[in-house]
Amino acid sequence: MLRLRGRSRPFLPVLLLIVAVVAAVPLVTGNPSMREELFFMLLLVTLATSVNVITGYTGYVSFGHIVFFGLGGYGAFWLMQALGVHFLVAAVLGVIPAVLVAAVVGAAVLRLRGAYFALATLGILEATKAFMTNFDPAGGAVGLSFNFSIYAQYGGAKSAAELAYVFMALVALAAIAASYLVRHAKFGLALMTIREDQDAAVVLGIDPARTKVAAFVISAVFPALAGAAFFFKNGIIEPGSAFDLTRSIESLVMVVLGGVGTVAGPVIGAAVYEWLRGFLITSPALASFQLTIAGVLLLVVVLFATSGLVGVLRARFPAVREWLE
Amino acid sequence: MNLGALLPSAIDGLLLGFVYGLAAMGLTLIFGVTRVVNLAHGQMIAMGMFVVLAVASGAGLNPYVGVLLAAVVGLAAGVVIYVVAVDRVINAPELTTLLATFAVNLIIIGTATTLLTTSPRAVDVDMGALRSGGVTVLGTHLVAVVIAVAAAGALYAFLFRTRLGKSIRAVAADRAAAELMGINSRRMLALAFGLGTALAMTAGALLATLFSFNVLSGGTYETKSFVIVVLGGLGNPTGALIGGLIIGLLEGVTAVVIPVSWVPVIEYAVFVLILLVRPRGLLGSRQ
Repeated sequence: MLRLRGRSRPFLPVLLLIVAVVAAVPLVTGNPSMREELFFMLLLVTLATSVNVITGYTGYVSFGHIVFFGLGGYGAFWLMQALGVHFLVAAVLGVIPAVLVAAVVGAAVLRLRGAYFALATLGILEATKAFMTNFDPAGGAVGLSFNFSIYAQYGGAKSAAELAYVFMALVALAAIAASYLVRHAKFGLALMTIREDQDAAVVLGIDPARTKVAAFVISAVFPALAGAAFFFKNGIIEPGSAFDLTRSIESLVMVVLGGVGTVAGPVIGAAVYEWLRGFLITSPALASFQLTIAGVLLLVVVLFATSGLVGVLRARFPAVREWLE
Repeated sequence: MNLGALLPSAIDGLLLGFVYGLAAMGLTLIFGVTRVVNLAHGQMIAMGMFVVLAVASGAGLNPYVGVLLAAVVGLAAGVVIYVVAVDRVINAPELTTLLATFAVNLIIIGTATTLLTTSPRAVDVDMGALRSGGVTVLGTHLVAVVIAVAAAGALYAFLFRTRLGKSIRAVAADRAAAELMGINSRRMLALAFGLGTALAMTAGALLATLFSFNVLSGGTYETKSFVIVVLGGLGNPTGALIGGLIIGLLEGVTAVVIPVSWVPVIEYAVFVLILLVRPRGLLGSRQ
């Protein structure tokens, strides 16, 4: 089922190995600032790779996708803070609210097409954010925060941060593997058929409603896990950082930058985007105009390199085609 | 809960609704004609505010000259944005046009934040007040309503009475057929983008005469515009104006009945529900 092309290069193992080796560097060298940077980059890789499943493969622009990151974060955080549940258990249980929202709300909004769906996801994000801002059991606008002693059961704040980092790396690797498997399974073909022509997909015997909801749920799981790790490490969660529309749009920018509907695209896009932002912020000459420059670059990519970095590389260098999907 | 405060608050909200409606008309006009959801909309509203600031505080002229100027600047800016950022991808999937206008948004925010800083600004306008019983209505609010209605009326006259306006509506209805009738559709798309942006900047200019603001104030009004546009039906200018009144009234009334912070929860819940139940808006046909 997974072998659509007769002879395929070991693309997935190579990609996973590269990400794993890069992720292992700060653990080996014990460099905390590099670990923090890579934690954030792995988070972005996870977000971009996940939203690519529903937006890239299926063609549904999930504008408020960060809502799953926030729901997973809130769910896990509350379990840890209020009930003293261990991080790993809390992270897995935190997926439940995200999956429920993706399945129930997704089933309703995935009937909408095009701009209507995009706006609906925006509405869901803003509604959830506004609700959590008023929901006192979850701390309202102030949010929740840990008592520092909670890290004691993990052997101190340092080992807790390392635990969160390893977990984040594994989530990123799992998201990439899932993205690859979806793309190469019959399920992925169904998604791409829906993207190209939903009415034709129905004629071919695909149930678009069920298929789309399944894709939406898959794309919700990994951001929820990432949210649990991010806010566990942070020690504080509030609606503004959990349901940040800008970060939501940024993950779409990374997908387009790397290559919509490709496996490697979101990974490369996230890495390049974050590297570029770091470069712009630290450069004294460009720092004050970093948003302007980011906007110009995004516009150039959207207008002139629609297929993203992966698309450009594949077109330029035929040799890399088999290694870059 | 204070029933005595209900009437003034409702009137205030309703008056403000006209300005909300005007901004939303711009967004819905652009979507109706070009099928592009303009993510730079909020930033153009904010730019309208700064035109008034420049005219009133900078040049020392009457702030309402700034409102007129904002409309003219908006028309030009919208045409430029269309030609530079949208025209090339006008037939691409939604994601592309969304990100193209988002890029424009980033460019304007980035440049404006650097050049104008994010410190709060205000334009002092005194137009007196109208008092009747326990209700006080500020003159600035009444003038804003009159201008908003006049601008909406002018748009309607243009779209329904002039050849150019009819051409825009033809392109909105069926681009290919309009081209077969000899209409230059690219020009009409650019003009529609310009008109939509002019409405956004006019609304922003009016808001500047009512409240204080800063470079990032557009965001709130942008999300409000999305809610209103969906309420009235995407691409339906009349619906947008009525949607604006509904949201304005809703804000005015709910602010008295429930804590203000719950208002957005209701707004967005209504927004998602309308999309699900009546995606063509309250006024639109049932699919």
